[in-house]
Amino acid sequence: MGKHDDKFMFRVYSGIVIFIVLVAAIGPFLCTADPYNSNMANSLLAPSADHWFGTDKLGRDCFTRIIYGARVSLSMTIATVVIMSCVGTLIGIISGYCGGWIEMVLMRFTDMMMAFPGIVLAIAIAGVLGGSVVNTVLALAIVGWTKYARLGRSLTIKLKHSEFIAAAVTNGTKPFPLLYRHIVPNIFPLVVVTAAMDIGSMIMEIAGLSFLGFGAQPPTAEWGLMLNEGRQVLQTAPWAMIFPGLAILFVVATFNLWGDALRDIMDPSKSA
Amino acid sequence: MSRKELLQRLGQMIITLLGVTFLTFGLTYIAPGDPVEMILEVGDTIVPPEVIEQTRHELGLDQPFLVQYLNWLVGLLHGDMGLSYSAKMPVIDRMMLGAPGTILLTVTATLMMLIVSVPLGILMAVKRNTFIDYIARFFSFLGVSMPSFWVGLLMLYFFGLKLGLFPIAGGEVTADRMVLPAATLAIVMISKFTRQVRTEILEEISKDYVTGALARGIPMNKILWHHVLPNACLPLVTLFGTYIGWLLGGVAVVEMVFSWPGLGAMAVRAIMMRDYPLLMGFVLWIAILYMVINLLIDISYYYLNPRLRKGGRE
Repeated sequence: MGKHDDKFMFRVYSGIVIFIVLVAAIGPFLCTADPYNSNMANSLLAPSADHWFGTDKLGRDCFTRIIYGARVSLSMTIATVVIMSCVGTLIGIISGYCGGWIEMVLMRFTDMMMAFPGIVLAIAIAGVLGGSVVNTVLALAIVGWTKYARLGRSLTIKLKHSEFIAAAVTNGTKPFPLLYRHIVPNIFPLVVVTAAMDIGSMIMEIAGLSFLGFGAQPPTAEWGLMLNEGRQVLQTAPWAMIFPGLAILFVVATFNLWGDALRDIMDPSKSA
Repeated sequence: MSRKELLQRLGQMIITLLGVTFLTFGLTYIAPGDPVEMILEVGDTIVPPEVIEQTRHELGLDQPFLVQYLNWLVGLLHGDMGLSYSAKMPVIDRMMLGAPGTILLTVTATLMMLIVSVPLGILMAVKRNTFIDYIARFFSFLGVSMPSFWVGLLMLYFFGLKLGLFPIAGGEVTADRMVLPAATLAIVMISKFTRQVRTEILEEISKDYVTGALARGIPMNKILWHHVLPNACLPLVTLFGTYIGWLLGGVAVVEMVFSWPGLGAMAVRAIMMRDYPLLMGFVLWIAILYMVINLLIDISYYYLNPRLRKGGRE
C-alpha cells in the first residue's frame, strides 16, 4: 500500500470514529425512550419495530441503552488513556532526563509493576476498592502507565544525545524550558500513536471489569454490565447479550483500524 | 544462563513478590467494607458490636497494618497462608480445590492455540496476499476485536443452548464441560497469535539467505522447515511469553462465564466476599507462576540461541 492509500484509509476510519463520537455525544438527545425507565410489562420483548434491539429483564429498551452506553464507555476509555499516557510519559521523561538514582528507582518500580500480569492487578484493585466508574479508570491507569514510562524514557534518552539539544544547552536553555519546548514536542507524536492504539483494548478491559461486577454499577447503561445482565437471561432473551457485544465489536474494531492507520501515516516504515 | 545471573534473577523475583504482596495487602487494608462484618452477618442477622470486636481481635485485624503484613509473611514462610473467611478452610486447601480446573483449562487452551496458530500463521505467510491469507486475516481481526466473555456467551448460546452439544451448567471438571471454555480462550488467543506468527515468518522469509537458497534450487518446503522455522523460533517464544500474562487474567473472566470451578472464579468471588486471605493467596500464586514461566522462557533462549550461550560462559 502506498502513502496515498494509507492517507485515504485513515480518512475513512476517522470518519467512522467521528460518527461513533457523535453518537455518544448527541445520540442520547435523539432517543425517545428512557434508558433507566423500567417497565415490567415490557420485560424481555424480542426485537421489533418499537424496540429495535428488544428489551431487557426490566423492560428497558436495549437500543437506547446501547446509545447511552457509548457515552459511558467512551468517556471512561478516554479518561483512562489520557491519565495513563500523561502520567506514564511524565515519569519516563523525568527518569530519562534526570538519570542517576531517580532513574534507577523509577525504572525498578516500573519493572516490578511489569513483572505481574496487569489485568489480574486491575481486577484486584477495582474489585477491592469497590466497583465504580472512577475506580475502574483508576485501576486501569495504575496498571497501564508502565508502557508509556518505558517509551518516554527511551525517547528522552535518545533525544538527550542529539545535537539540537546539545546546542540548546550550550545556548543556556534552562532545564524546564528545554523539556517543554524541545523534548515534549518531539516525544508527543509517538505517545499519541501509542495511546490511539490502546483505545480498543481499553474499551474491552473496561467492559470486562464491568462484566465481572467491578466496574460501572447497575442501573448504569454500560456495555459490559449489559452483557452481564444479558448472561442471566441468555436462555429466553439472547438479544440482551448479542447487541451490546456487537456494539463493543464495532467500536473496538473501528478504533483498532484507526489506530493502525494513524501509525501507518505517522511512520510509513512500519506499515506491513 | 550463568549461576550469577540466575541468582540475580531469583533475587529480583523475591523483591517483586514482596512488592506485589505488600501492594495488595495495602489495598485490602484501605479498602472500604469490613471483612469481619461480611463474615458474621449472614443474611439480615444483627451482630452485637462486642462479638465483632472479639472476632476482629481473634483474626488479628485490630493490629497495625505493618504488623499484620509481617504476620502474614511469617505465616507464609511456615507454609501457612491463613484461613479463608468464606470457605472456612485453610487458604492453601481452598486453592488446591481450584487449581486442577484452572491448570487443565489453561494448558488445553494453550495447546489448542499452538496447534492452530503456528501452522496457520506459516501458511498465511507462505500464501501471502492470496484468498486464504485474506480470509484468515479477516477472522483474526474479528477475533482480536471481540471481548473474551462475549465470545464465551455466544458459544454458550449457540453450542450449548441452540444445538445442545455441550452441557451449559458448570460446577464440575469434566471433559465435555471443558470444551466451550477452552475453545473460548483458544479463539481469543489464536486470533492474536496467528497474526504475529505470520508477521515473524514473513520477516524471516524476506531475508537474503532465503532468496539465495531458492536461487540455488532448494525447494521452499525444505528452506521453511530447516532454516526459516528454527530461526523464527526465538521471537515466537518471546511472543508466547506475553500470552501467559493475558491468559492468567483472561481465564478468570471465562471461568465466570461458564461457572468453571477454577482459581480465577474463586478469586473474583473472594474479592466480592472481602475474603482477603484467599485473595492474597491467589495474587501470590499468579505472581510466582508468571515469574517462573518468564524465567523458563529466558532460560530457553540459551538453548534456542547459541550466540547467547557463548557470551554467557565465564
